[in-house]
Amino acid sequence: MKSPALIFFSAFLVNNIILMRFLGLCPFFGVSTAIETASGMGMAVIFVMTLAAWITWIIFHVILLPLDLVFLRTATFILTIASLVQLVEMFLKKSYRTLYNAMGIYLPLITTNCAILGITFLSIDNKFNLLNATVFAIGTGLGFTVVIITFAAIRERLDLAPINPALKGYPISFIVASLLSLAFLGFSGLFGLT
Amino acid sequence: MNKWQIFTRGLVKENAVLILMIGLCPALATSGTVRDGFGMGLAATFVLLFSNIIISIMRKRIPHEVRIPIFILIISTFVTIIDYFMQAYQPDLYRALGVFVPLIVVNCMILGRAEAYASKNSVINSALDGLGVGLGFTLTLTVIGAIREMLGSGTLLGVAVFGEAFKQSPVIFMILPPGAFLVIGVLKALINKYVK
Repeated sequence: MKSPALIFFSAFLVNNIILMRFLGLCPFFGVSTAIETASGMGMAVIFVMTLAAWITWIIFHVILLPLDLVFLRTATFILTIASLVQLVEMFLKKSYRTLYNAMGIYLPLITTNCAILGITFLSIDNKFNLLNATVFAIGTGLGFTVVIITFAAIRERLDLAPINPALKGYPISFIVASLLSLAFLGFSGLFGLT
Repeated sequence: MNKWQIFTRGLVKENAVLILMIGLCPALATSGTVRDGFGMGLAATFVLLFSNIIISIMRKRIPHEVRIPIFILIISTFVTIIDYFMQAYQPDLYRALGVFVPLIVVNCMILGRAEAYASKNSVINSALDGLGVGLGFTLTLTVIGAIREMLGSGTLLGVAVFGEAFKQSPVIFMILPPGAFLVIGVLKALINKYVK
């Protein structure tokens, strides 16, 4: 079993959720038009990802495994995450108004974000204990945030750059993402991680 | 709109990945080889076809307020079926696709068709629509997979296409994650330039 620190760096840099694992691409291309929206989205993802990792881990090990209902994993997890996001939204709206103003509008978008569901499956598949699952979720969320903010900063510049009309919009974004991904490939081998 | 148009609309004109830019995660992640792209495409087509049929059959009985959770539940049923089926009969493919098989459930393409089409149209039309969109997805993933496999490993379905020398030292970049972004970016640019 790898140590929590290695799991963190693996999730954060080496196996970055967006650039290496290709999860959460819809918000990555969708809300990365300005640094402000990107950081709001990033915060919301870290928050929900960690909560979702805890709750699905508990559901899987306390309910599904003992009752031999593992085949219900996909259905249970997606419904849990959908209701969790809704609950978090209502709670923040009532109790933490400033936090809600910062990331509230991104919460509904997160329900269909495959990154959240993806990491809950991955931490079950990797047989993580609760501590490792938490570290994995936080590392992944941070990796998501760093990449989406970097990407938003680049796109703010791209808006002003003279670009061939055929490349405007998605094509140039994909090519920039390709270069970013190439840069992150340089992290492979860090602390012996692959 | 006649039946043929319903079927072909999702295939080309409203192609999920290259025109509407949805369902991107599996399109990038599972298109390293022709086999993976084709397998992923067929799995998604299966889910799309049957969830469209079931949702269309039940469309008058599903209460409007809770339709999204019900759609998700129906979709996740078929995802679980294909998940276990692939694990049993195609273990190699299942290992290559990994977490992206259960993640078909959050593919916005499938929920999108349920919400926009199957919940409002007849069973036959919904089935044709699901089949068209699914095969369009399969076609795209297979083409991307073919490009990446040819350049990245020098093979097509395991057969060397550019000779042995190229196979010994291919453009490995193409089968790594950056290559996936690049291929889709270039394809989208070509579509912008020549198709409109």
